[in-house]
Amino acid sequence: MTATAPAPGPPAESRAAPGAPGDAPKAPPGLRGRRQAAALATALLLLALAAALSIAVGARSIPLDRVWSLLVDRDTSTDAAVVHDLRLPRTLLGMLVGAALGAAGALMQAVTRNPLADPGLLGVNAGAALAMAAGFSALADNSTAAQLRWAFLGAAAATVLVYALGTGRRTAATPVRLVLAGAAVSAAALALVQAMILLDPIALDRFRFWAVGSLAGRETGVLAAVWLPIATGLLMAFALTRPLNALALGEDAARALGTRPGLVRGLALVAVVLLCGAATAAAGPLSFVGLVAPHLARRFAGADQRRVMAWSVLLAPLLLLASDVAGRVLARPGEVQVGVVCAFLGGPVLIALTRRAPGLAR
Amino acid sequence: MTAPAPERTHPRPARGLVSRGASGRWAVHVDRWGVSARLRVRAVLAVSVLAVLVLGLAATGLFVGGASDLPADDVLRVIVGGGGDFATVFLVQEVRMPRVFTGLLAGMCLGASGMVFQSAGRNPLASPDVIGFTAGASAGAAAQILVFGGGTRAVAGGALAGGLLTGLAVYALTRRDGLAGNRLVVVGVALAAMLTAATSYLLARAKVTDVAPTAEWLAGSLNGRGWDHVATAGAAAALLLPLLAVLGPALRLLELGDDVARGLGVPVERVRLAALFAGVGLASGAVAAAGPIAFVALAAPQIAARFTRSGLSLWASALTGAVLLLGADILTQQLFPGAKLPVGVVTAALGGCYLAAVIGLHRKTA
Repeated sequence: MTATAPAPGPPAESRAAPGAPGDAPKAPPGLRGRRQAAALATALLLLALAAALSIAVGARSIPLDRVWSLLVDRDTSTDAAVVHDLRLPRTLLGMLVGAALGAAGALMQAVTRNPLADPGLLGVNAGAALAMAAGFSALADNSTAAQLRWAFLGAAAATVLVYALGTGRRTAATPVRLVLAGAAVSAAALALVQAMILLDPIALDRFRFWAVGSLAGRETGVLAAVWLPIATGLLMAFALTRPLNALALGEDAARALGTRPGLVRGLALVAVVLLCGAATAAAGPLSFVGLVAPHLARRFAGADQRRVMAWSVLLAPLLLLASDVAGRVLARPGEVQVGVVCAFLGGPVLIALTRRAPGLAR
Repeated sequence: MTAPAPERTHPRPARGLVSRGASGRWAVHVDRWGVSARLRVRAVLAVSVLAVLVLGLAATGLFVGGASDLPADDVLRVIVGGGGDFATVFLVQEVRMPRVFTGLLAGMCLGASGMVFQSAGRNPLASPDVIGFTAGASAGAAAQILVFGGGTRAVAGGALAGGLLTGLAVYALTRRDGLAGNRLVVVGVALAAMLTAATSYLLARAKVTDVAPTAEWLAGSLNGRGWDHVATAGAAAALLLPLLAVLGPALRLLELGDDVARGLGVPVERVRLAALFAGVGLASGAVAAAGPIAFVALAAPQIAARFTRSGLSLWASALTGAVLLLGADILTQQLFPGAKLPVGVVTAALGGCYLAAVIGLHRKTA
């Protein structure tokens, strides 16, 4: 499998349909050899820088050298509590959630062969939101673990529904139909969310802080509750990259290479639900991170899913942490939640993407 | 043109005659007083049936209403001007009548507005919801309520400004490709996501006491409407529906494609701009009166087209919009008595199911 495998041609019958999968822009060849390694090193450096900034910058100004000494040697001061109990878990959560969203986006885009696949656009967030609202209003037990279960349930139901609606009986899911199915499911789910929170003021008050999408003020239990599903999902995502590469050559070629397309798609959906469900339960609905990161990743990595996945898992946390830090710096001493920053960075990117995708500019 | 239009294969009948076209559609031809017209029997029938439905639903809204039970003859006496005890008069004249009329007029505005977008854009998915107008209106209204603390009029104004700015942005971004095509949908989705994020940011920053009213306004509601809401929606309908009726024939030609329409002598750009102006105006009137009610504008023209079987039509779409909104409102009041749930919640739930069903049905053929 070479890194230069072009986007697969569509089946003949769907060639005429607007927005058919084959209209997706061909993946750029990616960087080679040394330049790829250099880019990788730069990205890692930037991620480390973003993590450092996320620990160093916040509403309470603590000098850099003091942050460093506190990290190494914790004392009982308020500064130490801020660094260890607020900023460190928040940074770790950002990296974990970012990695989950990046991997989920890359998986979805590969499986659906859809350049617009994203947990936010495809109704996963709305499904999780519906389950969270149900949890907020019906549940006395609002522990993190219970919330997680609810979010998983919603995310799984929405994913399966959108995918089933967006897939034709004989044709693969086309980008625009998936987006439409996502919009339909989102609309119905969000209407039910509105009904629930409007009937229950307490649920409304708790829901609005979750719905904006933020890494701040999450309980410490969140990190402990989400790392296992995210780690499992990431492992599955990386294990699936090789069969996904085969699948990119088309169903028949993939079968000939010993891959079972149905099984691969099913496992990928399971991984997506694990990743998106955990990320959304932890940080709220974050749109566009999972959309943009794989697109950037393909610029560096070409079409090979193994590299795309690695780059996505690297770039998405970078985006998320950078947005989070930007939100904190923009509105100091308050903050703009990371969900808002992501939406305002990602919206223009989505519009720019459709400008270049010939299947959509019609 | 390889084949002539089916109706033309028969010789044109004499004036005032009933004919049956090659497609099996009955039509009545009128050619008098210097005006000639062909009325399709099914379309006329459909519009009449819809009008009867609207009247029936309006009557149901007046006589059955929501939480409070009023005897039917008392309600009737107030309506015909016979007076009654204070509570009944107040409930009928200040609660039920404004609510029903706002629903009727806003529903007509939404249905007609959706029809304009779908016709001028040749895109069955174009509607104020999809192009982000509704999300823009919501963001504008949320900003007005939460940041500036404006009253009813200011909130309607904020919604208008937000919606119009979003409409302009979508127009600017998709100008090159026109309203047709999938880019419109995707650009609408992108803008809507950004605006929704802005709205939830405002909600998360807001005072607790402000949150519930804002959330209710954002859902789109007919609760607590007064006569000024009726006037707002009525003004939009009275000014812009006639304009669209005049533009109607040109719009139908526009559906054939720009080149064909131009060849037939339609001033394409002017007609489209006027139609879009009317569409945005109607949607604005509806939003100002009843809030951003979801999906009525998207679904009404398509349901009406299936009902009349003669493509998009203005009056059938407007009446279907009224039927949908009034029906959803009665459903909301009956399903959740006393809960004061906004009608937009029900229309969005039904609309989402409708869209999913359309996609699901289409799936069989794809």
